[in-house]
Amino acid sequence: MTDERTDSVLDGYVPGEFYCEMLRNPEADKVRERLAKLSITELRRRATDAESELYNLGITFTVYSDNLAIDRILPFDVIPRVIAAKEWALIEAGVIQRVAAINELLHDLYHDQNLLKDGIIPAELLLGNANYRPLMQGVDLPYRSYVNICGTDLVRNAEGGFMVLEDNARTPSGVSYVIENRHLMQRAFPDLLTDIGIRPVDNYGFKLVQAMREIAPKGIEEPQVVLLSPGTYNSAYFEHVFLAREMGIPLVEGHDLVIRDDRVYMRTIDGLTRIDVIYRRLNDEFLDPEAFRPDSMLGVRGLMRAYKAGNVALANAIGTGVADDKAVYAYMPRIIKYYLAEEPILPNVETHICREPDALKYTLDHLDELVVKPVGEAGGYGITIGPRATKEELEDCRTKLLADPSNYISQPTISLSVSPTLIGNAVEPRHVDLRPFAITGEKTWVLPGGLSRVALRKGSLIVNSSQGGGSKDTWVLE
Amino acid sequence: MSSSLLARYADCIFWLARNVERAENLARILDVHETFSRDSRGNQNWLSIVQLYSDEKRFFEKHAVATAEAVLRFYVLDGENPTSILSAVRNARENARTLRPLISTEMWVQLNVFYNRLNALEAHDLSPGGLNRLFNSIKEACQTHTGVTEGTFYRDQSWYFYQMGRYIERADQTTRLLDIKYHLLLPRDADVGSAVDLSHWSALLRSAAGYHAFRRLHTSSITPTRVAGFLLLNQSFPRSVALCLNEFDGLLTELKSRYVLRGGNAAAEAIDELRSLLQAHSIETILHRGLHDYIDLIQRHLIAITNHLRMDFFGHQPDADMDDQAGQNSQTTAPATEA
Repeated sequence: MTDERTDSVLDGYVPGEFYCEMLRNPEADKVRERLAKLSITELRRRATDAESELYNLGITFTVYSDNLAIDRILPFDVIPRVIAAKEWALIEAGVIQRVAAINELLHDLYHDQNLLKDGIIPAELLLGNANYRPLMQGVDLPYRSYVNICGTDLVRNAEGGFMVLEDNARTPSGVSYVIENRHLMQRAFPDLLTDIGIRPVDNYGFKLVQAMREIAPKGIEEPQVVLLSPGTYNSAYFEHVFLAREMGIPLVEGHDLVIRDDRVYMRTIDGLTRIDVIYRRLNDEFLDPEAFRPDSMLGVRGLMRAYKAGNVALANAIGTGVADDKAVYAYMPRIIKYYLAEEPILPNVETHICREPDALKYTLDHLDELVVKPVGEAGGYGITIGPRATKEELEDCRTKLLADPSNYISQPTISLSVSPTLIGNAVEPRHVDLRPFAITGEKTWVLPGGLSRVALRKGSLIVNSSQGGGSKDTWVLE
Repeated sequence: MSSSLLARYADCIFWLARNVERAENLARILDVHETFSRDSRGNQNWLSIVQLYSDEKRFFEKHAVATAEAVLRFYVLDGENPTSILSAVRNARENARTLRPLISTEMWVQLNVFYNRLNALEAHDLSPGGLNRLFNSIKEACQTHTGVTEGTFYRDQSWYFYQMGRYIERADQTTRLLDIKYHLLLPRDADVGSAVDLSHWSALLRSAAGYHAFRRLHTSSITPTRVAGFLLLNQSFPRSVALCLNEFDGLLTELKSRYVLRGGNAAAEAIDELRSLLQAHSIETILHRGLHDYIDLIQRHLIAITNHLRMDFFGHQPDADMDDQAGQNSQTTAPATEA
């Protein structure tokens, strides 16, 4: 058994006390048996080929460090994460419910504000939120679809139950990796995929452009849709390119667009062409220097005038960031019940809102057991994981909490599920999460699977790509 | 859903083609220079390469003497030198990155791999023994790009801009090659009619991959007049100025009529004028009146044509400084004469 080359993939793999996505899933039998026939060496060889393919294809994201832009590939783990059909049905229903509640919340917030009148959530959490946009007040959107593209981050606890960790209702990214990962697997492991019955993912671009057409201003027969990107220096530029190609639409930058008489046009070789729908991968505050940050070079001057006049649709809508705030998150179960009169299908992780004195006290008393997160940050920055933190880190966290309690929430540490992952020349358990992507026009559609992110560092719970995370192909079984 | 090409993309694809064409020409010139351009004592004049691109000022800021080693490093690996092969390929790759929504995946991957390979080269890769192989591989990578593009690029408006970029750059490179070489190669008394003299002229033809075509046309002797005439006026040689301009003219006319475009009239007039200029005189007359001035006139026309495209199609303002528009397209890749 010392000869590594004959070891098969799952020999010696021990997930320990964690819920294992592969071993605990009876529907993954077939995949497991096939993996068992592969040697580690063979797996390593194919993984290496796949990585060099990623590099050659330039499937990269950009990391900024000391003002240097470095193109990195998102590390890809070749052992797939398998989701049973029944489990997926639950996730899908839960995500659709959540998106529906978020859209209702936003519609209400930007119209009658019944939610506030009924005291479901403290008014200042929404109205005092940095992402609340007063200019959206009274703006009507087709199908009340504010969040046309939503990424819902899910984790699985020690009992195997899925829970929502956070909502991403502004410009969620990562869907390009879902599709590229599948293509990569199809090329590197045709023998593993055959006859398994995996739900396809490659119609995402089609579904997205379809939804974009649905939300176009009324009366336009062939709406011109574009994707607005901050440009080649943006860390997600690869994804912008990918989506523009999959959707068959032009990828534009702010200076390609111009507003005339409250209508949006793009500059072409034959003059100006009218634009009806913009899938924007640019945050609100950069979109229009006239309405938001006056120093933004990335947006289009006057875009908000065209938007408010109903001459152009934006996806996602303006002001959706209120809904994915980490403090608002804590109220989501109540928000779901309030608008939909349903119990949440996917539960929240228990959350203490430190702006509330009791929650702050509890958090300070149990700092070494809790995960403390700043509410405004994305990308896994600024998180303190109590059980893993040093004394100094805990004290630092305490100081910050006391200085600005309303900037923080805390949650119990979840014993995240693990998935077998190729590390060097061995297969080891690593923690994973799941980000399904939901597209909403007239109706909501969820891409089967989503992005499985994997924390490649041993024991790490942080899966963000900016923090050393990788990804896996996610197989939803038919 | 189909609409006119984004102005920025037209600009970018035009420069993608120009950058690759530039890299290929530079590889050809350096290769041939290394191999064939020796005088009777076996010496090479590497300064002529620096003069060819009017880079004396920048070159001598970095290097005291134009040795083979210094010139090669400056033109192959020096990423700070905007006229190096590495810079041209890096710009082409950046153009391709911007154009990824438009170009084929195969075009992007080939350029990405090509650039990564070049970028990994080090000084010792320029050792005399391996130079020929290196230049060949660069040339081949550029030709692979052209082939992949021909075989995979969707034929819409952008295809016209791509080809126009390629031909205008090629015409420009051929005039530069001829301009500097002609003066350098004007025979010195001792070398007239000698074997060395002939090898200079054949080297010039080889730089442009025109040696064998020239031989088919002129079975007798290689003379300066014939070589200049061949490179400027021949109607069938793919790198002659006349052929490049004919192709460009045809492409522009077809682009305008096929897509019923309003712009492009000024560029069409400018190219007509330039073609008339080429047809007006025999090579003997041109040489008699002065080749350098004639070439200078052609180059100024080429710049004017590019400027017309910039204004009519690429969305630049007539008097705008080049700096106000898209990053890596025009200004950083334009030769010194266009800045």
